[in-house]
Amino acid sequence: MEFTLTNFLLFMVNCVLTNNFIFSRYLGCCPFLGVSSKVETAAGMGIAVTFVMGLASLFTYAVYHYILVPLQISYLITISFILVIAALVQFVEMFLKKSMPSLYNALGIYLPLITTNCAVLGVTILNIDNKYNMLWSVLNGVFGALGFLLAIVLMAGVRERLESSNIPKAFKGFPISLVIAGLMSVAFLGFAGLGN
Amino acid sequence: MNLRLSTGPHLLSRESTQTLMLDVLIALIPTTAAGIYLFGSRAAWVLAVAVISAVVFEWLWQKLTRQPVRVKDLSAVVTGLILGLNLPAQAPLWMPVIGSLIAIVLVKQLFGGIGHNFLNPALLARGILLASWPAHMSVYYLPTRVLGATSVAPAADMTSAATALLRPSGFAPYDLLMGNIPGTIGEVSKIAILIGLLYMLFVGTVTWHVPVVFAGTTVLLTWILGGDPLASLLSGGLLFGAVFMATDYVTNPMTKRGQVVFAAGCGLIVTVIRLYGSYPEGVTFAILLMNILTPLIDRLTVRRIYGMVKKHA
Amino acid sequence: MREKKTFRGVFLNGVLNENPTFRLVLGVCPTLASTTSATNSIGMGLAATFVLVGSNIVISMLRNLIPDKVRIPAYIVVISTFVTIVQMLIQAFVPSLYEALGLFIPLIVVNCIILARAEAFAGKSSVFLSAADGFGMGLGFTGALLLIGAVRELLGNGTLFGNNILGGGFEPMLLAVMAPGGFILFGLILGIVNAITDRISARKGAKA
Repeated sequence: MEFTLTNFLLFMVNCVLTNNFIFSRYLGCCPFLGVSSKVETAAGMGIAVTFVMGLASLFTYAVYHYILVPLQISYLITISFILVIAALVQFVEMFLKKSMPSLYNALGIYLPLITTNCAVLGVTILNIDNKYNMLWSVLNGVFGALGFLLAIVLMAGVRERLESSNIPKAFKGFPISLVIAGLMSVAFLGFAGLGN
Repeated sequence: MNLRLSTGPHLLSRESTQTLMLDVLIALIPTTAAGIYLFGSRAAWVLAVAVISAVVFEWLWQKLTRQPVRVKDLSAVVTGLILGLNLPAQAPLWMPVIGSLIAIVLVKQLFGGIGHNFLNPALLARGILLASWPAHMSVYYLPTRVLGATSVAPAADMTSAATALLRPSGFAPYDLLMGNIPGTIGEVSKIAILIGLLYMLFVGTVTWHVPVVFAGTTVLLTWILGGDPLASLLSGGLLFGAVFMATDYVTNPMTKRGQVVFAAGCGLIVTVIRLYGSYPEGVTFAILLMNILTPLIDRLTVRRIYGMVKKHA
Repeated sequence: MREKKTFRGVFLNGVLNENPTFRLVLGVCPTLASTTSATNSIGMGLAATFVLVGSNIVISMLRNLIPDKVRIPAYIVVISTFVTIVQMLIQAFVPSLYEALGLFIPLIVVNCIILARAEAFAGKSSVFLSAADGFGMGLGFTGALLLIGAVRELLGNGTLFGNNILGGGFEPMLLAVMAPGGFILFGLILGIVNAITDRISARKGAKA
C-alpha cells in the first residue's frame, strides 16, 4: 500500500472504527472487560496499550524480517514474538520507572497485564499475515490500539453510569459487561464500509 | 409542569413518567395515522403487534422478577409504537415481536428498567433486526396508497428502492413532505412528524435544540460534501429520528450544551454513513453511537460547570 | 484442613466448580471468536486442551528446576512451543479449521486460562494432578464453548454441526454469528448459568 494522505486516513478510520479491535475483531477482551469500571483507569490502560502496540509492531517487524526469515525459521514466529513482547514490556516498565516516574506511576500497574493482552500479539501476527511494510505495521499497531482505547473508554463511561442501576444479581459483573459490549458493537456496525 | 423539564438521567416519578409518555403518544398520533393511511391495514397490524408485545414483555418481566408492575407508566407503549413505526409495513409479523423482546428485555429491563437503559431501546432493536434480517429490513415499499392511485403494477425498482435518500427521481418535494415515498411506516410523512414536534414543543416535552441541531448539521454537511441538502432532510429517517428518538431524555445528555454536542455528532455520523458507508441509512446507528458517547459528554459538560462554581468560591 | 486431592476431584473441579469460561471468565477472546459454529468451538476447545495438558505436565516436571524469578518467561516458552505444535498439526490435518480459527490459533499462547493454570496449579503440583487439572480445565473450556457455539449456530444459521435442524421455514438471525451476537449471547448464557448455579447452591445451603 502506497503512503498517501488518503490511504493514511482511510486506514485510520478502518482500524479505529470499522474493524475495531474489540467490537469487530474480538482482540483484547480480557483487559477491556477487566479494567473498564472507571474512565480514568480505562484511559490509562488504553494509553499504555497504545504505547506497547506501536513499539511491539516495530520490533517484531525487525525480528521477523531480519532474523526469522534469513535463518528460515519463520515457524518460530509465535514463540519469538511473545518473547519480544514480554521483554519489551519489561524494558518499557524499567525505562519508565527510571526516567519518567510520573508516567510510570500512572501506567505502571497496567504494564504487566499487557504481555497477555491478545491484541498485542494479535496485531504483530496480523502485520506479518497482511505483508505490511515497517511503516504500515507501526501504524496498524498504533491505530488498532487507539480503537482499543476508544472502546475501553466508552465502555467505562457506560459502566460508571450504570453503577447505581438495579441489574439482576445473576447478571452483575461479567454478564452485563458482555451484553453492554454487544449492544455497543451493534452501534459500531454502522461504520461498516467506511475506510475501505 | 416544570417536572417535565427535568433532564435528570434517572428515575422520574411514576406520575410524571405517565404524563410525559402520554404527551409523546399524543405527538405520535399524526405519524401513526399517516402511516396507516399511506400503507393500509398491514401497517396497523405491524404497529398493533409491536405495541401489544412490548407491553406483554414488560408485564411478564416485572411479574417474573417479582417487581411492582409499572405497565401503566405507558413507557412500554411508547417503545413498542416507536419500534413499529421503524419497521417497513411489509415486515413479517414475528419481527415486531422479536424487536419488542430485544427492546424491552435486553436493552431496558436487564439494565434495571425505565431510566437505566443507556441506548434507545426501539433503535437498538431496529439495529439488530436490520443486521439480522437485511432482506426484510432494507427493502422499502412505496405506500400502497400511491400504488393504488396510479394503479400501476409495482415495478421492481419502485417498490424496492433500498434507499430513498438520493432523491429518487419522480418524487417531488411535495411527495417527500407528504410521505408518498418508500420507507418505514413512521418515517415517510414529514408533515405528520412536524405536527408532532410542534405539539411536543408546545407542551414542553422537548426543546428545539436536539431536533434542529441534528437536522441542521446533516443538511449543512450534506451540502458541503456535495450531496442534495433538501433530499437529505426530507428523505430517509432523519426527521423521525431527530424528533422522536434523539430527544429521548434517558439516553441523551443532561445539559443543553451537551445536547447540542450530541445532536451535532448525530448529524455528522448520519452524513458520513449515508455518503460513504455500506448501510443506506445511518440515522439508527448515528443516534445509537451518540447514546454510547453520552456518559462521556455528560462528564465533560457537567464537570465544566462544577469548575466554574469552584472559581467563584 | 487440607483435602487430599484426587485425579477425579481435580478433573471435576476444572469441568464444573472452576469452569474457566463460566466461573472464572478467562479466555474471553477465543471464546467469542471460535463459537460461530459448534464445530469451530470443539476445534478451539480441543486445541486449547492439548496445550493445557502438555504445558501443565512439562511445567510441573520442571517446577523445581525453574528459578522463581524467570518462571513467567519460562512458562511462556513452554506454552508457545505447544501452541506451535498444535498449530502445525491443525494446519496439516484439519485445514478447514485452520482457516476458520485463523489468528486465534497462535493466540492460544496468550489465552489467560493456560498461563493462569501454570501459575496457580502446575507450578506447585505433581505431574499426575497437573495433567488432571489440564484435562479438567480443557474439557470445561471445550464444553462451555460447545454450548455457546451450538446456540449461536442454531440461531444464526439454523444448523448444528452443519446439519439443518430448524427446517426451511426458519429465517436465521444473522446477528448471532456476527461480532455483536457473540458478546450478547455469551453474556446472556453466562447470566443464565449464574442464575442456575446460584439456585443450586441456595438449595444445597438450605439442605445443610
